[in-house]
Amino acid sequence: MLPDRSGPRAHDHGHTQRLDTDLEGADWSANELPAGQRLELEEEPARGHSYWSLSVHRLFRKKLAVVCLSVILVMYVGALLSPLITPYEYTAQDLSQSRAGPTLAHPFGADRLGRDMMTRVIYGLRTTVIITIISLLGGTLILGIVLGLLSGYMGRWVDSVIMRTGEVTSSFPDIILILIFVAALKPRLVGLVQGFEDATGIDWILRLGILDYAIISFALSIFGWFGMARLVRGQVLQARESQYTEAALVAGASTARILRAHVLPNILSPLIVSISAGLAGVAGSELVLSWIGIGVQPPVPSLGRMMFENGSIQVLRNEPHLILFPIGAVTLLFFCFNILGDAVNDAFNPRAR
Amino acid sequence: MGAYAARRLVWLPFLLIIVTFVTFALLRVGPGDPVQVWLGQHQNDEVRERLRAQLGLDDPLVVQYVRYIEGVVTRLDFGESFQFRGKSVGELLAKRIPVSLQLNLAAIIITLGVGIPVGLYAALRQGTGVDNVVVAIALAFQSLPVFITAPVLLLVFALYLDILPTSGWDGFFSPKIVLPATVMGVPGIAIVVRLVRASVLDVLGQDYIRTARAKGLSETIVRWRHILRNAMIPVVTSFGFTIAGLAGGTFIVEIYFGIPGVGFFTINSLFARDYPVIMAFAIISTTLFMLANLVVDMMYPLLDPRIRLGAGNVT
Repeated sequence: MLPDRSGPRAHDHGHTQRLDTDLEGADWSANELPAGQRLELEEEPARGHSYWSLSVHRLFRKKLAVVCLSVILVMYVGALLSPLITPYEYTAQDLSQSRAGPTLAHPFGADRLGRDMMTRVIYGLRTTVIITIISLLGGTLILGIVLGLLSGYMGRWVDSVIMRTGEVTSSFPDIILILIFVAALKPRLVGLVQGFEDATGIDWILRLGILDYAIISFALSIFGWFGMARLVRGQVLQARESQYTEAALVAGASTARILRAHVLPNILSPLIVSISAGLAGVAGSELVLSWIGIGVQPPVPSLGRMMFENGSIQVLRNEPHLILFPIGAVTLLFFCFNILGDAVNDAFNPRAR
Repeated sequence: MGAYAARRLVWLPFLLIIVTFVTFALLRVGPGDPVQVWLGQHQNDEVRERLRAQLGLDDPLVVQYVRYIEGVVTRLDFGESFQFRGKSVGELLAKRIPVSLQLNLAAIIITLGVGIPVGLYAALRQGTGVDNVVVAIALAFQSLPVFITAPVLLLVFALYLDILPTSGWDGFFSPKIVLPATVMGVPGIAIVVRLVRASVLDVLGQDYIRTARAKGLSETIVRWRHILRNAMIPVVTSFGFTIAGLAGGTFIVEIYFGIPGVGFFTINSLFARDYPVIMAFAIISTTLFMLANLVVDMMYPLLDPRIRLGAGNVT
């Protein structure tokens, strides 16, 4: 690595010296310093600006990312408020409008049963959005962080069990196991819930597809936690070894405070990055499951199911709007996920720059 | 290196046992009594009881599992299909595996054949308009599910332009493979392009590239021997994931284009509750997936002599 030593000695010495400090400086600051200090050196000397606000600021400087974030927010909020903003019921049929093309009354046209496509696309988005949120909250955030903390803090056999289980879940093609999992367990659970509904007189659990949401979110969570858990565990192990934790302990800080003040800041940005990267993945899995036919069941609208039903060559030839609008919605969402994920990675990941 | 491979190989059967047992148990608690599927409409209690005993379905789950695995390991016997009576699962799958393998191979060729050159090209023209456009397109198309691209490509190339057949299967060298393989390859292209580009840019900044140029090597040699070879490491690494991604897409593409491969067959079997088929599929695909990951890990040292497996924290 060193250049040859034939040049003037003083210059040579100075040169290698600089190289070394450069390399080591970069490595050490990434590992040891709390991220904020290093960044404040890079940016203008911004006193009182946390690492968090600097990252957000960096993200908002990118126009395209802001546009994508806005599109995602609009789609998410719109999807969650779908009963309020859609002009029709998603089950409302008008057979005279069967397979009608886009008109003012039905901007996206109507499907085979004369149901308004725009309404169904928005409700379909709601399905995707709900499952994405639950899976990411449950799988990545709760399971991942709790198991990672446990693993790192308890060590010994707890650590081994959690890490080996994670390696198992991440070492085979997940979509296949999710398929088997859902196909095997769902009919049992449906039976149980039916019994429960009969006994209590509640009738909306199956009708609104809540059970479907729960099963799919659960199945996706099982396969989604390991990356986060490994990350949290690594940070905990690192914090446990570090002198600032020792100093905090000596000063009488509680475990909770050490976790909050020393471990959490270190996992916050990888957390944001992994969530923004995971959005598209979870949404994609939900769409695949619904497409194959074991996801959310009709009449609850799902974009995956819509694309399956309208994917045939006859529909493509005669009523392409039945598939192009769902495709357009999903494509727009995925484009925005990808561009935002990339921008978030640039802005929040100190190692990526 | 040898010890590391050995350790991974020892770990492999345990992983397989866990995965197959979970699958086995899930299928047993799942809906649909295999005996009812087997007997179809002609059933009475006595026949059902007799068949249950005969198939060993009354034994404890673990006993059934051990018996099944014993058959698989010692005789490669995956049992008999419920749906197609009298046919062994092995025979049914053996007919379909080559179809899926050819389809996947075609998809991989498209992914790497387009992805690597485009990524390299973009990296060597870093910062230009071409580079920006390539990066933006790759980014936008990344992780787009195959059932999005499939109808759009079908609409454009089969209906509007009418230059490619819409569906079916005629083997590797028929034009019918073009659309499905392209659909399967597209999400991978985006990933490979970004990966190759980032990796080449990383390599370009290395001292040994400067050294290679400084000692007067031609740009062609530098590109092929120094840049491309070193830049391939992350690509090879992610190859395992690429294959895993393809596995998910295989189902959908085979169903969508009516290709008689393993994915199509497995999904049909899943809905027909043909458990021996699903079980065999789970075992085969898991084994292949894990072996692929192992091979990928073993390939690092061949490409980068600096990497020594088994040293440090690699487990």
